[in-house]
Amino acid sequence: MWRTASIWQRLTLLLAGVAALLSLLSWGMVSALAREAAERTQDNVLAASATIIAETLRSEQGEVRLELPYSAFSMLGAISEDRVFYRVTADDRLLTGYTDLPVPRPPASGNSRVGFETAEFRGEAVRMASVTRQILAGSAPVAVTVTVAQTRAGVSAIASALSRTAAMLSVAFFVVAVGLSAFAARASLRPLNEIAAAVARRGPSDLRPLRRNAPAELAPLLTSLNRLMERLGLSIRRSEDFIAEAAHRVRTPLATVRAQAEVALRSVEDEDTKQRLRRMIRAVDESSRSAGQLLDHATVAYRADDLARSRIDLAALAARTAEALSPTAALRDITLRLDTRPAEVTADAVLLDNALRNVLDNAIKYSPEDTCVTLAIRHDSTFARITVTDEGPGLGNAADGDLTERFRRGANAEGIVGSGLGLTIARDVLVAHGGRLELGAGPDGRGACVSLVLPLS
Amino acid sequence: MRIACLAVVLSLWAVVAPAYELEDHSRIDGTGPRVLRILSTADLDVFAPYLDAFHQAYPQITLDYAVASSSELHRAIREDASFDLVISSAMDLQFQLVNDGYARSHESVLADALPVWARWRDQIFAFTTEPAVVVISTERFAGLSIPATRQELTAILRDHPERFQGAVGTYDVRESGLGYLFATQESRATDAYWRLSEVMGRLAPRLYCCSSAMIDDVLSGRLALAYNVLGSYAADRLARGSGGRLQILRMTDFSNVILRTAFITRSAEEPEAAGWFLDLLLSIGLRDTPGPWPLPPVGDGSEDLGSVFGPIRLGPALMVYLDPLNRQAFLSEWLDAIEQH
Amino acid sequence: MRYLLVEDNHELAEAVINRLGLDGHAVDHAGTLTEAEDWLAATGYDLILLDVMLPDGDGRDFLARSRARIETPVIMLTARSQVSDRVGALDQGADDYITKPFDFEELEARCRAVLRRRGGSARNEITLGEAVFDPMAGTLRHGDVSVELRNREIRLLEIFARHTGQILSKGQLMDRLFSFDADVTENAIEVYVGRLRRRIEGMGVRIETVRGLGYRMET
Repeated sequence: MWRTASIWQRLTLLLAGVAALLSLLSWGMVSALAREAAERTQDNVLAASATIIAETLRSEQGEVRLELPYSAFSMLGAISEDRVFYRVTADDRLLTGYTDLPVPRPPASGNSRVGFETAEFRGEAVRMASVTRQILAGSAPVAVTVTVAQTRAGVSAIASALSRTAAMLSVAFFVVAVGLSAFAARASLRPLNEIAAAVARRGPSDLRPLRRNAPAELAPLLTSLNRLMERLGLSIRRSEDFIAEAAHRVRTPLATVRAQAEVALRSVEDEDTKQRLRRMIRAVDESSRSAGQLLDHATVAYRADDLARSRIDLAALAARTAEALSPTAALRDITLRLDTRPAEVTADAVLLDNALRNVLDNAIKYSPEDTCVTLAIRHDSTFARITVTDEGPGLGNAADGDLTERFRRGANAEGIVGSGLGLTIARDVLVAHGGRLELGAGPDGRGACVSLVLPLS
Repeated sequence: MRIACLAVVLSLWAVVAPAYELEDHSRIDGTGPRVLRILSTADLDVFAPYLDAFHQAYPQITLDYAVASSSELHRAIREDASFDLVISSAMDLQFQLVNDGYARSHESVLADALPVWARWRDQIFAFTTEPAVVVISTERFAGLSIPATRQELTAILRDHPERFQGAVGTYDVRESGLGYLFATQESRATDAYWRLSEVMGRLAPRLYCCSSAMIDDVLSGRLALAYNVLGSYAADRLARGSGGRLQILRMTDFSNVILRTAFITRSAEEPEAAGWFLDLLLSIGLRDTPGPWPLPPVGDGSEDLGSVFGPIRLGPALMVYLDPLNRQAFLSEWLDAIEQH
Repeated sequence: MRYLLVEDNHELAEAVINRLGLDGHAVDHAGTLTEAEDWLAATGYDLILLDVMLPDGDGRDFLARSRARIETPVIMLTARSQVSDRVGALDQGADDYITKPFDFEELEARCRAVLRRRGGSARNEITLGEAVFDPMAGTLRHGDVSVELRNREIRLLEIFARHTGQILSKGQLMDRLFSFDADVTENAIEVYVGRLRRRIEGMGVRIETVRGLGYRMET
């Protein structure tokens, strides 16, 4: 019914997209940093190894001598399972080590004594560190270069392990961020939903402006909504006024005609004139009643679309309606008998009153003088039933559907003023409430019995 | 007699000799055409049960088992001789071959089950831990207290020169790769080594190429004491019956524990079968396969002999003493100590 | 009975005044709310008939405004018939409402019902010999005996009471008693008169048949 879901989804998606981007970025950065850190660690160890070896360089009887310290290699073995290569050259002569190991360029700046380079050796990428020392061998100084190389599997392993951890953290961050995004989106849409709920909670005729504290972004919406309701209320009031005015304009002259005709009826002696006056009065009654029922019917049709539901005790409602109609009944010495018991339904009180009034009005109208109209309320576990029974001529043989068709009147209604809309109105009201109207004969097959059946609340 | 000590001076960086020499050779014919060629330092009689176990499991594969000294083995592999699996107790030489790229990777559940110190780079795998021990002749040691440390051993040798003159045996580290490994590791670990070597040098020691030859001589009474013998061989000999003439001593001050390792060669023609054999060795080493195996399992080397020292680590540090300059220096020092007469 | 009719349509007002006058009621007519205020200030009424739509305002608003001061029962005359309008009228303090155009019979019945609810009024009582007739309450009292009459009986008795000693023809009675559209014959008058006679037996009031002319009540 309310389509903010898509805003919420869009907002969540957007925030999730941002979170994904940030996660990806942070993962990339952490991975790069991890790789760099691992590489630097390897460089440091390689440099230390080469330096330790270089420190054993000495000159003996004009020969350059050295011994590989155990620690120079054990420290390389300690950090990873990487292959180790080395080479010691005096000028360009190989002293010991792997002949074919490439020699890194000397360090570019004078600050660092250690030169690094990455190269390919024996089918694998290796990182090399080299240290050059001048050794006085015999008369001339000799440049001795110690190069230590190590493959980079350990670096890759450390870097990828850290990268994996970073990836998992990023995914976790992303998941949490998506959850929080969804929450945040929902939270920021809450005022909107609250306004929607406040509008939805209102009754069909409640057009008061919404007085709520809304965020700045929603203020224009709220203002427009209030303005719209104001205009709507105004237009409804206008049309109500128009209807009232129209009814007044039509009915007051009718009332005048009727009253005058009735007065005239008393003052004339001629039977023909009297008869004509009676017909006139009947026509006035007919048209005013039709107008009333047409308005009622319109009201039912309008309200049935959006029922104002409240809990109603049928017995109380029946008592009120009977009381309102009792003068009409008394006019013809018809006794209204109430036989009710409490039954609660959820319904639109105005409509239900209208339906019952129409049925009761019908019963009174079709009853002979000095008879009894009984209004009874019974209920079982699911339905409440208001039964109006009269002692009139009954409904004839017409099917229920025919009788409640608009403007249809029973075969026995000759001479009685009524537009035929009464039962139609009642049926429409009941159907709108999930109930039904049942027509039948009274007990012993005499009279009419009309039942208003409603689901219990 | 297969104990033909090789007079090849080991020089890793020297020009490679055109051929290598085998000490022994055996072949078990399989039903299929595939041949698995193994080059090993382990004597045939020690290793036969392993070969039989493999033959039982994979009868279709013909086994070609060649025995060489560790240095010959090293040379053969450097020349890319066509072997599929290489097994040796000379850890340093084995490691260097792997480091220099002569091995190929092998992945299996059993390889993963090994402790981390027993493998390196998924290429070289240990399937035994074997201590270096001292084997003495009970007859020649009669009346003397049994030494437990190098210090005590040094004292006994010094105090009884007449009894031990010419009756002390040890590896000729110039020839034996394993002897060189024992000596270098020991010299690194304890300074008692050089004192002991000097005392032994005064007694005109006999130098050997192999553990089994030393044990033979102790058994025969020619030697009163053999220093740095592979414990597994000694134990095997003891188990086969020595008439109480042998006693195995493990020095409590320090004791080398070496790993017998295997790897599949880079040039292997049957890497799959080699992998099967390697997994068999590992399962026996981990004692997943029960049986009377002559070689000890991959423990941490301390459980049966009470040593607090772990096995020698597989790592690039092993290559330090293989460096020709270092080797030259070590050998000259060793010779100074051992050859004084 | 004194009525105040507040109705801006003079023809209708005239007809209502005319009709109520036939029953012996006094009716003052106000065309606007202001006029109504003046009438109300000047005298007291038994009942106010108040139109909803008046030139100078809404009858309901007027009612809501003056309800606190005026205790007189009010029946609204409305051209609107919708339920919500009816409910609204009652909420504003009206005692009842009647929709235009209306049947005088019904108007009278509703007036009676309202007055009865409000407790009636002693000055409406009509003395018939030894009996006292209260047309609003619909009772006839004679000493300790009190008879409750039904609507037609009340109407019929009232007609006779207001014309004591006069001969009333069946046609006259029919016009006064029945609503214009009831298909009744003169036989019905005989039935009702017969019924009323039985009801008031022993109350000191008699209805005689004047052969060929009609009926006459004697006390």
